[in-house]
Amino acid sequence: MGKIFKFSKDVDTDQILASQYLLFPTIDEMKSHAFESLDPDFASKVKPGDYIVADENFGCGSSREQAPSVLKALGVKAVIAKSFARIFYRNSINIGLPVIVCRELHDAVESGQDMELDLTAGTATVNGKSYTCTKLPEYMQKILDQGGLIASLDN
Amino acid sequence: MGMTIAEKIIARAAKKDCVHAGEIHTVELDRLLSNDGTTHLTIDMYNKLKNPRIADKDKLVWVVDHNVPCDSPKTAGSQKKMRDFAKANGIKFYEGEGVCHQIMMENHVCPGELIFGADSHTCAYGALGAFGTGVGCTDYLYGMVTGHSWVLVPETLRFNLTGKLNKGVTARDLILTIIGKIGANGANYKAMEFVGDAMKTLTMSDRICICNLCVEAGAKTALMEVDSIALDYLKEHGREPKACFASDPDAVFAATYDIDLSEVVPVVAKPHFVDNIAPVSECEGIEINEAFLGSCNNGRIEDLRLGASIIKGHKVAPCVRFLVVPASASVYRQALDEGLIDTFIEAGAIVMNPNCSVCWGSCQGVIGEGETLISTGTRNFKGRAGHRDSFVYLGSAATVTASAIKGYITSADMI
Repeated sequence: MGKIFKFSKDVDTDQILASQYLLFPTIDEMKSHAFESLDPDFASKVKPGDYIVADENFGCGSSREQAPSVLKALGVKAVIAKSFARIFYRNSINIGLPVIVCRELHDAVESGQDMELDLTAGTATVNGKSYTCTKLPEYMQKILDQGGLIASLDN
Repeated sequence: MGMTIAEKIIARAAKKDCVHAGEIHTVELDRLLSNDGTTHLTIDMYNKLKNPRIADKDKLVWVVDHNVPCDSPKTAGSQKKMRDFAKANGIKFYEGEGVCHQIMMENHVCPGELIFGADSHTCAYGALGAFGTGVGCTDYLYGMVTGHSWVLVPETLRFNLTGKLNKGVTARDLILTIIGKIGANGANYKAMEFVGDAMKTLTMSDRICICNLCVEAGAKTALMEVDSIALDYLKEHGREPKACFASDPDAVFAATYDIDLSEVVPVVAKPHFVDNIAPVSECEGIEINEAFLGSCNNGRIEDLRLGASIIKGHKVAPCVRFLVVPASASVYRQALDEGLIDTFIEAGAIVMNPNCSVCWGSCQGVIGEGETLISTGTRNFKGRAGHRDSFVYLGSAATVTASAIKGYITSADMI
């Protein structure tokens, strides 16, 4: 069970992590600045196991992998959106952050609600109602299952 | 069923006779670009590998271009890590010589190649018939170590360009108009291919500008056929094509758009989205604090010539900072030779060293709370150029220069 943090459409990677933090030495030093321009308190409010629920085209813009990386480092369990921009989507899978497409969820839920996500069954449950998510292609699911792309380099 | 240009380049890289949209293939990468935006993290991950190795160092190009010269001790540390690693491993390394994509176009990109770049605007390479796509540092590291990667073959949107741009209208106005038409995710996961009679009217600089911005519609890559204009550019820069592809007559496209260039007018993208397009005339009179002429999108010699031709004999408006930033050292030298830099300085512009500058909003020229910037940069997202409560309009070199003279948004025909 985790809390929902809801975002609108076309959230770009500059909003997820602004440019002035990208060259900080480590992801840990960057993560307190996540979503600073949209919700300055986000990093202090979000708890491990919470979820981001977004409208269309989440993560558009730059290829900065720091964007999904700070979310993962803050403990965000998954991002569920109507659709994702492709570089953010691919980066998330590569680092082992579940990114899930669900057309209905965003319009049906509010920030602060509790949500349960069953990654295997592909369902999100809020307030007793279940929403079916789109399954990842097998190839990408395999990368996610092994903990990201780099894990395969050490196998 | 025939293949698109995107499918042909992936088929070549996958060593297959034929591939089609929706398939996932393992491909050999021809080249891998990385810049100081993420390379320090790539190196950290590399150093943690049990068996760190580089498949082919000659395919790697590293460029320090985002914070040049460096602006803080933390950044200096990240860039030093990159510089030291490049030297120790014999990786081709540029610093202070320009924006990575301009360096790639001038020195490295060849038609037919599949190129991963740890920067979203890698799609610019389609101007030379190469499949360039933006990736993160994990993808980059995987490619650097193994020499290959996986790609989902994209569907293609085809743009059939006819007619000719009117005087005062630029390629920047054209691509902004197209992005406004299809939306910020209108080409998500897809390739954008540009063909048609109008291609012969577009210079290499125009083509780079068009392909470069396609990621702002979500595109995976942008592609053009390699014609005599592209081949002449390659020859001038001392290179030969690997393979020149055109889509087959029976290739399948997700959609085809017919665009008449003569109908395009000067436009701006209003805050805070690149698809928020309006004619310049609708924004006429909006006061600006800063104007920026530069970036991988519009910092080439053609853009500086256009800006200089407009500002010659005029002055930058009082209280406006006009930043002029050539996209590469070779552009800078040529602008000096042609007297363009003199013209800008005479007019009161601030001419700066080649780098990403305020386009990425963390180094030179950032804007403060409530300020407005008009820019030839690539993005106008909230806070992109500095304070989170500031405003960025995107426009052509002509619109930006004209606005710098007037102190408010206006088009070049008002000068």
